[in-house]
Amino acid sequence: MSALGTYAANTWCPGCGNFAVLNAVKPVIQELIDEGTRREDIVLVADIGCNGKIVDYVGVNTFGSLHGRSVASAMGIKLANPALKVIVHLGDGAAFAEGLEHILFAAKRNLDITVIVHDNGVYALTVGQAGPETPPGYRGRSTPYGSLEEPFNPLELLYVAGASYLARGYTHGIPLLKRLYREAIQHPGFAVVDTLQVCVTFRNLYKQYNERVYELEGHDPRDEAQALARIREWDYRSDGPVALGALSVRERPVYGAHFAESGAQPVDVEVGLAEVFASLT
Amino acid sequence: MDSFSVLIGGKAGDGITEAGSMIAHLLNELGYRLYRHVDAPSLIRGGHNFVIVRAHKQRISAHRDHINVLVALNEETIRKHEWRLKQRPVTVFDSETITLDALPAMAHPFRTGIPVKSILAQEKAPPVMRNSAILGALCKAISIPWPVLEGVITRYQPKMTQLNLRVARRGYDLATEKLLIDLPGGGPVPVVGGLEAAGLGLIRGGLKAYAGYPMTPASGLLHFLARQAPRFALKVVQPEGEIAAMMTALGHAYAGERAAVGTSGGGFCLMVEGLSLAGQAELPIVVALGQRAGPSTGLPTYTAQSDLRFALSAGHGEFPRLVLAPADVEQAYAWSTLALDVAWKYQLPVIVLSDRTLNDDSQSFVAEAVPRLPRLAQVDWDGAAQDDDPELAYKRYLQTEDGVSPLAFPGREGATVKANTYTHDESGITTEDAEVTVQMQDKWARKADAMWQELDALPLVNVYGDPKSPRTLVTWGSPTGAAREVGELAGVRVVQPVVLSPFPTRQLENAFAGSRQVAVAELNAGAQLADLLESHGFDVDATINRYDGRPWAVGELRQLVEEVLA
Repeated sequence: MSALGTYAANTWCPGCGNFAVLNAVKPVIQELIDEGTRREDIVLVADIGCNGKIVDYVGVNTFGSLHGRSVASAMGIKLANPALKVIVHLGDGAAFAEGLEHILFAAKRNLDITVIVHDNGVYALTVGQAGPETPPGYRGRSTPYGSLEEPFNPLELLYVAGASYLARGYTHGIPLLKRLYREAIQHPGFAVVDTLQVCVTFRNLYKQYNERVYELEGHDPRDEAQALARIREWDYRSDGPVALGALSVRERPVYGAHFAESGAQPVDVEVGLAEVFASLT
Repeated sequence: MDSFSVLIGGKAGDGITEAGSMIAHLLNELGYRLYRHVDAPSLIRGGHNFVIVRAHKQRISAHRDHINVLVALNEETIRKHEWRLKQRPVTVFDSETITLDALPAMAHPFRTGIPVKSILAQEKAPPVMRNSAILGALCKAISIPWPVLEGVITRYQPKMTQLNLRVARRGYDLATEKLLIDLPGGGPVPVVGGLEAAGLGLIRGGLKAYAGYPMTPASGLLHFLARQAPRFALKVVQPEGEIAAMMTALGHAYAGERAAVGTSGGGFCLMVEGLSLAGQAELPIVVALGQRAGPSTGLPTYTAQSDLRFALSAGHGEFPRLVLAPADVEQAYAWSTLALDVAWKYQLPVIVLSDRTLNDDSQSFVAEAVPRLPRLAQVDWDGAAQDDDPELAYKRYLQTEDGVSPLAFPGREGATVKANTYTHDESGITTEDAEVTVQMQDKWARKADAMWQELDALPLVNVYGDPKSPRTLVTWGSPTGAAREVGELAGVRVVQPVVLSPFPTRQLENAFAGSRQVAVAELNAGAQLADLLESHGFDVDATINRYDGRPWAVGELRQLVEEVLA
């Protein structure tokens, strides 16, 4: 077994964008370990979908959760042990359809976890149905005559909900992905990297993306006007330019800190129970 | 009198529930053991609320229909509850809102009315203090000494205490003594609701985290634990819904913190996918499932026991679980501790079934009546390598003789903790291998066997009443309190299984020995426990079912039981 690897055989399709995510996140974890983070303090949480298989391929603590519920599980893990670095991998179907409530509320709370969205705009593992980021007209098995729905802009939604770090990456370009994942993991608060991850089997967008993506330069993600302008620049359906990089960074109080304060001096349970029973008398 | 009941009634928003609590405190001070039954519709203002406080020299867990003292804040209370009045009923009422004509003839000799509005005006007191005047009048009417009321108001109404005392004193002075109650003495004991008892039992069981979304009749557990959070360093959260509550709690469990969720049927529907995850990933979790009348929204604030089948079979796939149903506050306390211990020792979900009645009614908590159950220790990883490969030193799902894999949590030196919703191998890596699939399912079966071996040595089935009677009444959960008294009054054997899954067949056989006739009473239309008994080979001769959302009072149940058990 290699460093941070496992004996699990990789079953992603050749050319799958998930390889780029794996090859970006694993070196970042290794870097963090080399810099002093304990391997035992890292937890990857996976959702359901091709992306979720990533937990089998990385030799750290992992929690394979339910579809759409990975972020909600991650909340419990982080609240239970704030020393853990919790990184969630999920697809756009999980993040923005089945589990939309959880990602919005985690953003609202500014839970200190990292969410890596494997955003391919399609349900791949279930063989190619339209997803929340699929443009109208897409023909999949559940929309044989073309999808009717418009996608929404997930980053704008997350910005409004309060996510304190928002970035967009692309699976052609591992150095940028590594930089963004590292920033996101180190950011104190709710960090999302929407990763344009191409599904070579059901929705191969390499050509379109290659023509439109550009890496942000001179952008100040802490400036609200600039952040919103870049977030709104591409609406996830039209042919506009697609900015890659850290789009928005904000400082907000992190959820869960109050537990550490209130729990500083827990009372002996037996003594506490006696007190409560007395108060109910 | 060894026993009597006081009913206070009025409009929702009149503070009836709080006034009922004060009456309970008063009688508790005198040394009575209490049962406080609350009937409150699902609304904030208007509608009719009432509370019956039953006092007894012995421990009780049920209310009675008939009352000795009626405290009426409006005429509707008299109309609705006139039928409950026994001979020589004492009636305490607001003489400015209730005309004498509204009182039934039998109530006249023992009535005492006070002019509440005038009292408040004289003391320049706000309308919310009307109940203090009424409480003053009640104390005089049933001969509770003034210092007892003074003490209770001082202790439980810390805001504007002096003004409350003056208002109460006027009520006390203007009323007349109508009944001389005994003063048993012996001092007060805690008076707790089922949810408080369950919460305290969970805390005793090492609870560290609780996630709940508001839903009657489980919200009380969320409220209680939220209030106790600083004292016990609990992490209590109200996330975006029941699904999130369940998944968050499972996250806590994975990371090593004992966690529970609480909800009612509709919320539990949403949690069920997470229940199956707990089964597959072997995550310990306690679900406090407070039943109410359904299906769907049903009667939100009224009771039922119609989710037994749901609790027994909730979740897709097959995995072991423990389902138990405490009957009273002492059982709720003891079994909630055991629920966490079992969940953590055997790494599986435990469902604690209760209902509106047990959750929100309150009872004197008698320490001697707490079931004596052992504490069970979870099995932690000893740190010894489980494989030659150092990266596989810890295997989350290690195959063991009893199916229980030692626990380690993220952060533990040398451990890589992989929990998995997919079928997995010993290390937690996803597999679709046929052989491993069977091995894992068999591991759960061994785990369930080991759990049962340990549990079947505990008192899983209670017997009350006349244990030798050939006539047997079986019930579960909150009706047990009424059934216990029926057993004593009618000389019937009463059998209460606390654990419902796995089914305690051996202990039930013992409990039924010598019985010739069996009736099963439960608060549902489908005779769910009766079915369960029959499916395990027990004969059921009669079923007694109630499904109007109301619990049985002792007398009602007695009548029904005597009709079917000749």
